[in-house]
Amino acid sequence: MDLNDLLQIKEKELAGRKKYVLRCCMAAGCVSSNSEQVKIELDKAVKAAGLDGTVEVRGVGCMRLCCQGPLVQTDPGEVLYQRVNPEDAAGIVAALNGGKAKVAQGDPNHPFFKKQFSIVLANSGIVDPERIETYIAADGYKGLHDVLHEMTPKDVTDSMVASGLRGRGGAGYPTGLKWATVAKSPGDKKYVICNADEGDPGAFMDRSVLESDPHSVLEGMAIAAYAVGADQGYIYVRAEYPLAISRLQTAIKQAKQLGLLGSGVFESPFNFTIDIRIGAGAFVCGEETALMASVEGRRGTPRPRPPFPAESGLWGCPTLINNVETFANVPTIIRKGAQWFADIGTEKSKGTKVFALAGKIKNTGLIEVPMGTKLREIVEDMGGGAPDGRIKAVQTGGPSGGCIPADALDTPVDYDSLTKLGSIMGSGGMIVMDESTNMVEIARFFMEFCMDESCGKCIPCRAGTVQMFHLLEKITQRKATARDLKQLEELCDMVRNTSLCGLGQTAPNPVMSTLRFFRNEYEALLQSENYPDAKRQPAEPAKQ
Amino acid sequence: MQHASGDKRFKILEVHMKKHLFRQDALIEVLHKAQELFGFLDDDLLLFISCKLKLPPSRVYGVATFYHFFTLKPQGEHTCVVCMGTACYVKGGDKVLAAVQQEAKIKAGETTPDGKVSLLTARCIGACGIAPAVVYDGTVTPRQTPESALQHVKGWLKNGS
Repeated sequence: MDLNDLLQIKEKELAGRKKYVLRCCMAAGCVSSNSEQVKIELDKAVKAAGLDGTVEVRGVGCMRLCCQGPLVQTDPGEVLYQRVNPEDAAGIVAALNGGKAKVAQGDPNHPFFKKQFSIVLANSGIVDPERIETYIAADGYKGLHDVLHEMTPKDVTDSMVASGLRGRGGAGYPTGLKWATVAKSPGDKKYVICNADEGDPGAFMDRSVLESDPHSVLEGMAIAAYAVGADQGYIYVRAEYPLAISRLQTAIKQAKQLGLLGSGVFESPFNFTIDIRIGAGAFVCGEETALMASVEGRRGTPRPRPPFPAESGLWGCPTLINNVETFANVPTIIRKGAQWFADIGTEKSKGTKVFALAGKIKNTGLIEVPMGTKLREIVEDMGGGAPDGRIKAVQTGGPSGGCIPADALDTPVDYDSLTKLGSIMGSGGMIVMDESTNMVEIARFFMEFCMDESCGKCIPCRAGTVQMFHLLEKITQRKATARDLKQLEELCDMVRNTSLCGLGQTAPNPVMSTLRFFRNEYEALLQSENYPDAKRQPAEPAKQ
Repeated sequence: MQHASGDKRFKILEVHMKKHLFRQDALIEVLHKAQELFGFLDDDLLLFISCKLKLPPSRVYGVATFYHFFTLKPQGEHTCVVCMGTACYVKGGDKVLAAVQQEAKIKAGETTPDGKVSLLTARCIGACGIAPAVVYDGTVTPRQTPESALQHVKGWLKNGS
């Protein structure tokens, strides 16, 4: 495989393009609404109408508006059909030559679509995730070629630094700096790991990227491997994402066949293989040291840092760990230049961010917006607000994040502004809550999650989350007093400051942020000090 | 060495381990395959794996019990997994779960005494756009209500087919 071969594949794919393409969403959300059958019926309808030569029915990745699935879009024409039933197929095909199908149509000019700015999701909904040729036709793997033949590893890390990209997994560590550290670490064997253990409940960005455009992640990993000097990569995916796993397997196989992975990539001395590691349902494995333990086939418990994985990671070798979305940004940064990327977003948060919009909101689905977009634009303009009632709060960052109250909706979404509000950017889950949601109940829900998912290695997290959960339970059952609330706050502080890993350190966040903005809801549930239960020890032993 | 029972599935599992060159770091992959073949991991099966991968049984048992995905008890004929991720939860996933629990008279994580139905909860299956979601026998089903869930589960409880 050389540049000519790559361009030939692109030419051939573009030349073979039929006059009409019917894009049918085949991401997990729409598949569970029966989109596979819709695609089969569309194929049949095209054949029956004798339009094989002019119409292609293409299974594509996520088309964003998950709540209206299955989605079908025509190209050209950009008509977006919603909630398509298999029986609608013939009507949709007939409407290609003018006329109107009797199917609900979405508005492609709605702010939900118009305000999006796609880098990571640029190919999502356009390319067929199961055919590498469509990715190559969208200039895929061109960046990898240029990197291997025109740039030194140092050039690559330098341009990542210049782009200002920060880790999309939640913590926001500068990606270029991480790459440079791994590149500098001494060692013959180095690893690149893609963290696809998207455990935050309410987040599905990484799943969608893997299902919709797996090759962009593979290409990003290969570029990273060249920059840091690694020859082996692992993608650690959750077992809960079977479709993402199978698309990745297909993608890796196709890339290997074309010589885009394996030995001598693009006829250069660079070798790189990627293996998939499947998780087994442990939230703590999203933490990098726990993830590496799991890749090594052990219990996924974290260990103290330093040494950081960049110096001593998988099997003691220098290891680069980045999130799915971070890697998916890389090919575009290389292709369009670091400066182009650095011009998007805010001063300290560059580029775009993908969010999974869900909860009590009209338009649920996937959005990608430039950093610094106001929260209000996202939930009110794009999301269409809460269907019944007013928005009360927006939860970001999952069990490690916090709730942002409605009166702070004018906050721009970037790493630093959200931290100031006591929440975090997190991986990108955004759950909207309306006035029917009880915030103490939400705090209890997240604490139960952290209690269950605590790995048990360090005591503050193992015992602290149990105690905090029981205190919250006592409050929701109206059996607590002001003293319990004070103890809860003290525990929050202790667990945050003394836990070993991110899970424990951030477990109190949902409690602290709801206490900060919705303290009255807690206080309304409290009893006076002489309540009979008040003297009882606040927490019962854990019933596991 | 073959497994004493002569069960062919042990042979398939061994071939799978061979594919991983009996590497000890492939333990989680092997456990996934074992659960896929047998449905659950009993002591005998875990000992077989520990013997083949030359790992102490404590290590195999430790890993098998650490991860939520692995189960050491047999599952029911049908499984109903209610997603309890945040999005499903705020949209009423808890009510769906409560309804099924009441109908089947079991708690989440349990199997009915006749072995027909297992009721489980998931942390988040990433189907937040179509919340609340329930997975019936591996099929993700969107926008569930207590009524629609009961309709599904009642059929299983009655005839189990």
